[in-house]
Amino acid sequence: MTTVRVAGVGLTPFGEQPERTARDLFAEAGLAAIDDSGVDSGDIEALFYGNFMGEMAEHQGHQGPLMAEAVGLDVPATRYEAACASSGVAMRQAVRTLRNGEADVLLVGGAERMNNLGTAGATEALAIAADDLYEVRAGMTFPGAYALMARAYFDEFGGTREDLAHIAVKNHENALPNEYAQFRRAITIEQALEAPLIASPLGLFDACPITDGASAVVLVSEDYAKKHGIEATVAVTGTGQGGDKMALQDRGDLATSPAADKAAKQAYEDAGISAKDVDVAEVHDCFTIAEVLATESLGFFERGEGITAAREGTTTRTGSLPVNLSGGLKAKGHPVGATGTAQIAEMTKLLRGDHARSDAIPGADVGVCHNAGGTVGSAVVHVLEVVE
Amino acid sequence: MTENVRDDGFDDLLDAIEAGAGFYLRCANGHGSLPPRRACPHCGDQALTQEPLPESGEIETYSVITVATPEFEEDTPYVTAIVDFGPVRLTGQVRGIDPDDVSTGLVVGPNIEQTATMGERLITFRPR
Ligand SMILES: [Zn+2]
Repeated sequence: MTTVRVAGVGLTPFGEQPERTARDLFAEAGLAAIDDSGVDSGDIEALFYGNFMGEMAEHQGHQGPLMAEAVGLDVPATRYEAACASSGVAMRQAVRTLRNGEADVLLVGGAERMNNLGTAGATEALAIAADDLYEVRAGMTFPGAYALMARAYFDEFGGTREDLAHIAVKNHENALPNEYAQFRRAITIEQALEAPLIASPLGLFDACPITDGASAVVLVSEDYAKKHGIEATVAVTGTGQGGDKMALQDRGDLATSPAADKAAKQAYEDAGISAKDVDVAEVHDCFTIAEVLATESLGFFERGEGITAAREGTTTRTGSLPVNLSGGLKAKGHPVGATGTAQIAEMTKLLRGDHARSDAIPGADVGVCHNAGGTVGSAVVHVLEVVE
Repeated sequence: MTENVRDDGFDDLLDAIEAGAGFYLRCANGHGSLPPRRACPHCGDQALTQEPLPESGEIETYSVITVATPEFEEDTPYVTAIVDFGPVRLTGQVRGIDPDDVSTGLVVGPNIEQTATMGERLITFRPR
């Protein structure tokens, strides 16, 4: 089985750019990734592409071939959809395809256009990641669903809105030098706590923004990298995916994310590592409480202890396990279908040493990316390691 | 939207709750679930029977929603809650009480009411 290498990564700036089509966004990120990789684009054998709300946002289904065309490729192209984990699952399928020996060079990525829908339209589009009959028709929104989990967490383990505010403050701080991030401004605990509630107990600053953007990654086999002199020092050594009941009401417990537990266990076993070996993580913090659930599922903290990790400094830039040095979804932005591979792109740069926040983790060689779909009905975890 | 077409199972449940005879599905291993189902989501068992839904349940978690989708714009602020009925949980809106007075553990019963924005049927809970 070949070791899968990350040969190149590409991102668009994340932010409000409602006039840009998804095809234009993906073209920018895809071409940047190919350029960064040094791979001859004629060697790319397929595109694995993630997108969630294309039909609602721009009346565009069947985006696979459209996006291959946008980056100038005439290859098989398939769109993967798993809500906010869409490009995470695309990544996983690409890794497995390379390992199976079915290809040597693949382009993986995702794009999402959201701001042209407006806040109400984007809220509606995001809501369809929930169960239509039992959740959407009861008026559940995406923030509302995470709010239900946040209250369940507070009731079961304790925790306060102030604990959550520390996560938002941390991720905004991390994003300051990230040229691709949507919000490059520091916020204070007071600002976070005083912001209007959108779905109690979650306020505006507990939520990620509505984001337009794209991301892409070029993956190559070890043999291909050697043969073509491609410098690719970061390898994907572990992949895992877990699932759960669609509706929160059908879950065993509302204060944990079992799908991510399963994905993490599988990815760690695959890579032959444990949570203790991880130096740095990019996790799916679509809401501040989601970062708590993610870091507990990844085994960094016992249940009920993730809530204070940012406040105590463990997960800050200077802590022992920095989480979301990119700014996370909270500050970097969350173009849903692009988020999974954006995390891979950020982590690759962090480990290569050419990220604006690489200086926070000198000598780091094990990174983990955690990408969740919906209310973690889907979860994908990848382990990236420096292999030289 | 599928405005003029009934959703088998789901609309049957809403009709039943409206008639004061809510139900849930139980598999041979005792797991509860909600229609439409052909298999138990917890164990895959296909021998599902219809059982009466308990008359009341406790609010397990809730949120006061202030930013809604267009279909619920005029309903805001409203309380979305997950209510534990024992064998199953149900998601719906809590009505008949000031949102500030809602709390976990509050005992409520299920009803069918309409949304303010679209006049659509939905599951609601009122204090018992
Ligand atoms: Zn069962």
